[in-house]
Amino acid sequence: MVEFEGIILHIGGLLVIAGIYAIINVGLNVHYGHTGLFNIGIAAFFALGAYTASILVMPPPNPDLYQRYEWGGNLAFTLGSERIGFDLWFPLVLIAAAAVCAAVAYLVGSITIRLRGDYLAITTLGLGETIRLVFTNEGWLADGTRGLNGIPRVMDGLVDPHWYDFVFLPLVLIVLVIVYFVSQRLAASPWGRVILAIRENEDTAEMVGKNVFQFKLQAFAYGAALMGIGGALYAFAKHSITPAAFEPFFATFIIWAMLILGGSGNHRGAILGAFVLWAVISSSQFLPGFLGDPNLRLAVIGLLIVVVLLVRPAGLIPETRTRT
Amino acid sequence: MVINTNALRDVVVSIVGERGFKAIERSLLIFVVALAVWALIWQLDLTVNGLLVGSVYALGAVGLSLVYGNLHLPNIAHGDYMTLGAFVALFVFGTLVPEAWSQNSVGPFTFSYALFIALPIGVAFVAIFAVVVDQLVYRTMRRRGALPGVMALASLGVAIALRGFIQYIWGTEVEHFPRVSKKFFIWTVDLFHLQDVQVRVPPDMIFVAIAAIVLTLATYLFLNMTRWGKAMRAAADNEDLARVTGIDVERTNLLTWVIGGGMAAAAGILFATGQGQLLTISGWKLLIPLFAAVVAGGIGNPYGAFAGAIFVGVVGEVSTAWLEPSYKPAVFFAAIIVLLLVRPNGLFGQSRS
Repeated sequence: MVEFEGIILHIGGLLVIAGIYAIINVGLNVHYGHTGLFNIGIAAFFALGAYTASILVMPPPNPDLYQRYEWGGNLAFTLGSERIGFDLWFPLVLIAAAAVCAAVAYLVGSITIRLRGDYLAITTLGLGETIRLVFTNEGWLADGTRGLNGIPRVMDGLVDPHWYDFVFLPLVLIVLVIVYFVSQRLAASPWGRVILAIRENEDTAEMVGKNVFQFKLQAFAYGAALMGIGGALYAFAKHSITPAAFEPFFATFIIWAMLILGGSGNHRGAILGAFVLWAVISSSQFLPGFLGDPNLRLAVIGLLIVVVLLVRPAGLIPETRTRT
Repeated sequence: MVINTNALRDVVVSIVGERGFKAIERSLLIFVVALAVWALIWQLDLTVNGLLVGSVYALGAVGLSLVYGNLHLPNIAHGDYMTLGAFVALFVFGTLVPEAWSQNSVGPFTFSYALFIALPIGVAFVAIFAVVVDQLVYRTMRRRGALPGVMALASLGVAIALRGFIQYIWGTEVEHFPRVSKKFFIWTVDLFHLQDVQVRVPPDMIFVAIAAIVLTLATYLFLNMTRWGKAMRAAADNEDLARVTGIDVERTNLLTWVIGGGMAAAAGILFATGQGQLLTISGWKLLIPLFAAVVAGGIGNPYGAFAGAIFVGVVGEVSTAWLEPSYKPAVFFAAIIVLLLVRPNGLFGQSRS
């Protein structure tokens, strides 16, 4: 019976993280799949979203527990169920995380986005490392390498903490559905058609009078906002965050593998890729012997990207190309 | 090869106007030169170490720039090729070289003559590895006419897979080449009778710097003096034109990988020697300064990459006078952004259109 409970718990945790990855992956799909922006600094927005949300909801730090960490927004208390009956802070904090990420993306993008795709890749790579360095070095901001612990949970106390994933899972799925429908609507809108046109042929889009720079910048900011929302949900799901959680492997590479596997250019593919790959990765730790080795898993992720690019460049669900 | 990098300049020009841009450019240049002179004098120890660290970056950046320019591929796996070279050398030290050899170090350096066995084996291994990966992955994609972004993505996949395998085989612990501890060179310099500055230099770094200069010079001679080198440059400049004139472009591509991969391995091995330690992520961590060096030198310009690497090395080291050393990657990142803004074709490049 214990084993059965373990499996259920594993699946619950798996679905929560997969759902969060799916949200981020939709953001990456907006960047790469739709606009053609080669962002290998997903970790930057992932971390920014997670830290923004956490710092806003954390209670003011107890000086006995934290030596350097100075300020917490305490929103979980002031706008929480204890004070006003329900957790109003939760949606607000998600929006704040999205806004911060969009603002940073807009700022960095306005410098780098006009550059060729590979330059953007280099600068986003740098951005990912730099953001993590800031959270690692600035102890007053979020306690440096030790990170933030005991991040307040939404709808806490509803069930035993042991089963919390099953309270959080519906929330993640609701956010995912909203993100999916909004992104899908945007992709089908005139704005989305311009974005696709830019991906296909930038010069043509410019020629018919579209401000390519602005459109790309908007797409970059929107995708980054989705990554920020994913990051915020991640912080609440994990209950604690450290800069190490935003190393490139789990915060950038995996997400790229998910997008390539699922099929870039297609939000459904992006979501499917996230669930399939995370199910495989998180369950492979139970495999016997060398198959469960974390380094071998890293190698498999890399090979997966290469092989899918070679054998099935369109991914599991290829993009449906509309002709007009 | 037309690179549309002036777009960024246009953004600034649209804000401050052409004359404003000129003024900003000039004042920035004066500021940078003044800063450099000031740093050279007052942070002499950091400057000297920056020159040496820069020469290590140069080893990696020359190969990276060559591949970038010739194959239009920002090879994200370059850092991991460096790591691979270093681990192959570690394997050679551990198995092929009798342990007694490692005890007899060369002159003032920490390494023994065994390095001169491990170095060529590592270089050859990675050169072959780079060619094999090209044949399996990039050639297929080139034939399909894949975009540079998709190629870069494939190289990201190669990077992740390679690191995974290296960590699976060797583990993630810190490794060392066999070494004998040696004293640093220490010079005391009297600055205008105002201040004594102590310059401390690890002897190995001087060896690495000389090796970097020799290898860059060899690359220069190869590219400019030999038939194959000229063919490579022609293919990089205009692939179709080169093909029409009878150059086997597939073969120049392979040659690019042999040189790029070999240089990466040499860089990885010499970096591990200079640092005295070897980690599976050392190569990946070097990617940001390497790309900064390539951008500074102008993409596809290997000698520019050398100078860019020296520049990046000095900037990184001298920045530690004011900033935490752990912020160095952020300094490189800022350097990339500023360079793209003011000198999009590299520090020494003229705008080509």
